[in-house]
Amino acid sequence: MTVEELRERVDGFPTRRIHGYRVRAGRPFPYGAHRVPGGITFSVYSDRATAMSLVLFERGAKEPTAELPFPPEFRVGSVYAMTVFGLDAENLEYGFRADGPFDPAAGDRFDASKVLSDPYARLVSGRDVWGAEPDWDDVYPYRARIPDDDFDWGDDTSPSIPTEDLVIYETHVRGFTRHPSSGVSAPGTYAGLREKIPYLRELGVNCVELLPVFEFDELDNPRTDPRTGERLHNYWGYNTVSFFAPKAGYAATGRFGMQADEFKSLVRELHRAGIEIVLDVVFNHTAEGNEQGPTISFRGLDNATYYMLTPRGEYYNFSGTGNTVNCNHPVVRDFVLSCLRYWVSEYHIDGFRFDLAAILDRAPDGTPLPNPPLLEQLAYDPVLRHTKLIAEAWDAAGLYQVGHFPNYGRWSEWNGQFRDTVRRFVKGDAGLVGELATRMAGSPDLYQGRTSSASVNFVTAHDGFTLNDLVSYNGKHNEANGENNNDGADDNHSWNCGEEGPSASAHVRELRTRQMKNMLTILLTSQGVPMLLAGDEAGRTQLGNNNTYCQDNELSWFDWGLVDGPTAERELLDFTRALIAFRHAHPVLRSADHPIGADRVGSGYPDISWHGVRAWSPDWSDHSRTLALMRCGRHAKDGTVRDDHVYIAVNAHWEGHDLELPHLPPGDAWHLFADTTMTAARPLGAETPLEHPGRYHLGPHSAVVLVGRAADPR
Amino acid sequence: MTVKLTSRTEGAACVVALEGEINSTTSGGLQAQLLPFIGQEGKVLIDLSGVSYISSAGLRTLLIVHRRAQQVRARVTLVSLSEEVRFVMSATGFLDFFEVTDDLDDALERAGR
Repeated sequence: MTVEELRERVDGFPTRRIHGYRVRAGRPFPYGAHRVPGGITFSVYSDRATAMSLVLFERGAKEPTAELPFPPEFRVGSVYAMTVFGLDAENLEYGFRADGPFDPAAGDRFDASKVLSDPYARLVSGRDVWGAEPDWDDVYPYRARIPDDDFDWGDDTSPSIPTEDLVIYETHVRGFTRHPSSGVSAPGTYAGLREKIPYLRELGVNCVELLPVFEFDELDNPRTDPRTGERLHNYWGYNTVSFFAPKAGYAATGRFGMQADEFKSLVRELHRAGIEIVLDVVFNHTAEGNEQGPTISFRGLDNATYYMLTPRGEYYNFSGTGNTVNCNHPVVRDFVLSCLRYWVSEYHIDGFRFDLAAILDRAPDGTPLPNPPLLEQLAYDPVLRHTKLIAEAWDAAGLYQVGHFPNYGRWSEWNGQFRDTVRRFVKGDAGLVGELATRMAGSPDLYQGRTSSASVNFVTAHDGFTLNDLVSYNGKHNEANGENNNDGADDNHSWNCGEEGPSASAHVRELRTRQMKNMLTILLTSQGVPMLLAGDEAGRTQLGNNNTYCQDNELSWFDWGLVDGPTAERELLDFTRALIAFRHAHPVLRSADHPIGADRVGSGYPDISWHGVRAWSPDWSDHSRTLALMRCGRHAKDGTVRDDHVYIAVNAHWEGHDLELPHLPPGDAWHLFADTTMTAARPLGAETPLEHPGRYHLGPHSAVVLVGRAADPR
Repeated sequence: MTVKLTSRTEGAACVVALEGEINSTTSGGLQAQLLPFIGQEGKVLIDLSGVSYISSAGLRTLLIVHRRAQQVRARVTLVSLSEEVRFVMSATGFLDFFEVTDDLDDALERAGR
């Protein structure tokens, strides 16, 4: 034995037996179940319970093996903590039974007939294989387990990419590779996604944002597809069962309980490829729903702590899903903070996108707080200090905070106004040139005093039309969701280019492709952080369904035939890749500070300048549908690096326009990088000099990107 | 459930054949049995053809043996993984750490050189 080996601990011995199990009082922290020498310590909080017991199951057994009441001496404050010796963690499932008053008006909904899942469970069993029929009569459907948390990370560390340099790719673990065309060895899983990392590298994205991966129940949707009678799922997973546990059904090894290792391995390989990982997290509500919902954990442990309740003890429903997590209650703040710290430290997660984040700044009675303690705490937390924090800055009860979400200089926001402006402009709505200019400059109107990384720019996201559907459908087509097409958003700002749905017309198809390229061009040349929806780069369609939360089928899955099959959308894919590469190559598009329209470095050019058919004369009038802008390369990264000048012109008019180009510094000339009326963009560094150095014809419904750099020697 | 270990010397290599399931019940004892082979002269080949399942704890046991071997600059190769074991090790990323082969004879021949 060496000195490095730990000596035995004097508290490593039981003090008594309960039902034959050797136990002693445990330490209250950390919450949850943790291995200690010789045993496992279980710790759970409940303020209002009158009795608490630990319920032990052998893995998969219908009935518990034992139920150990916590003796009164094992309680510290309102925390019950007990060490049980001699357990085999790998074959153990555990839960709690809490007794206490059932008095909804007072906020209490204890139910001693239920075995409750540990809110801090780091591994949960019950939905181990996606979609597999469970035992619906199980006395304990979502079973807490204890993971092996040693993992060989090597020297893994976050790529630590500055937020303004990110190109985010939003995707769904299952949908990304579940389609038979994916060609991966474990379709629809973390391992499958890992196999596609080379594709992500080639595409050029440097951040993957995953739809929820905290354990949820894909079978909690009671609806069926009215046309086929098939079960509808909770495919997206915005209904968390367990916040510390990675979704087992997303792991090829979920049936062996190895989802933690499989997910960590994915993170490690993403980092190795220089790609960050952001998780979409849902702290606004839980899977317990309203009064009619199942009692899984929180409701039975301490309903009044975890949920926002009306004075009569009913659930507030700011989330639109039945309940609202009481985020600014001190105990719940601690829960959220612990959870995020856990994912950052244990899973090396680089950032979080908070679903319906406006709820996180509501007080326990629902009032929006000017200085919400939870958001402030997350912004300044030492472990989360370099973690990206992104808010979906609205909720389902009308609190809309885009531009004024409490941010502490740390929070970014999904910029819904960018989405709407770009969609409306590109489809041809009038009166938007001024607003488009503001959006392309990083929305300084919304984010005054913050850096441009406050704005996560997007045109499409999981919620809504795909890019292809945005140019193929005027209206949503959600019949398959079983709600008579009443679900999903109606304000899509989409235009089908002349025909609803798939079209055989070459003209319509060409226009659609061009419109998609126009939107991608605006997205990827705008200041702020661009986010792409997975599959949009290859023209993925959901056949007009703009709310596929329940569709676990080809409607949602990425068809890899679009990438390399006979139906491949190579033109769009190559164009997207080229645009992403262009963005990475041109720091002038990625400054942190907003441009001010003035020369800040003595280059003779303003950092950003606006143009129209005439150089330096933008047409801001209501009937205008054409805008051009120039970024001065000397201002790149706030003047710290040199770049080319970049000129971007967008035309939503059905007629073309001859543009007069602004003069460049002596020796420089305009070169064409991309014109959406042409099939392909030019390779980086091989942009072609213009035929007429000072003019360019901008086609109808098109966009063009020029670079101003040293003229080729002739 | 136990895991059975038999060993034999073949030329410059030591072949350790395992049989059964490597899980939390068996892995502790297995680790104690495997470690003495590490640091002996020559290469250690762990024949897994008789192993039907390796649990989370079992994977860790193998990785610890592998890391201990690296500390003393010894070489450990896993031989003849069942399809299921290989799948689990691949999906969890554990496979990346090991030298793996399907062909014992081939491994022996390479160890001999």
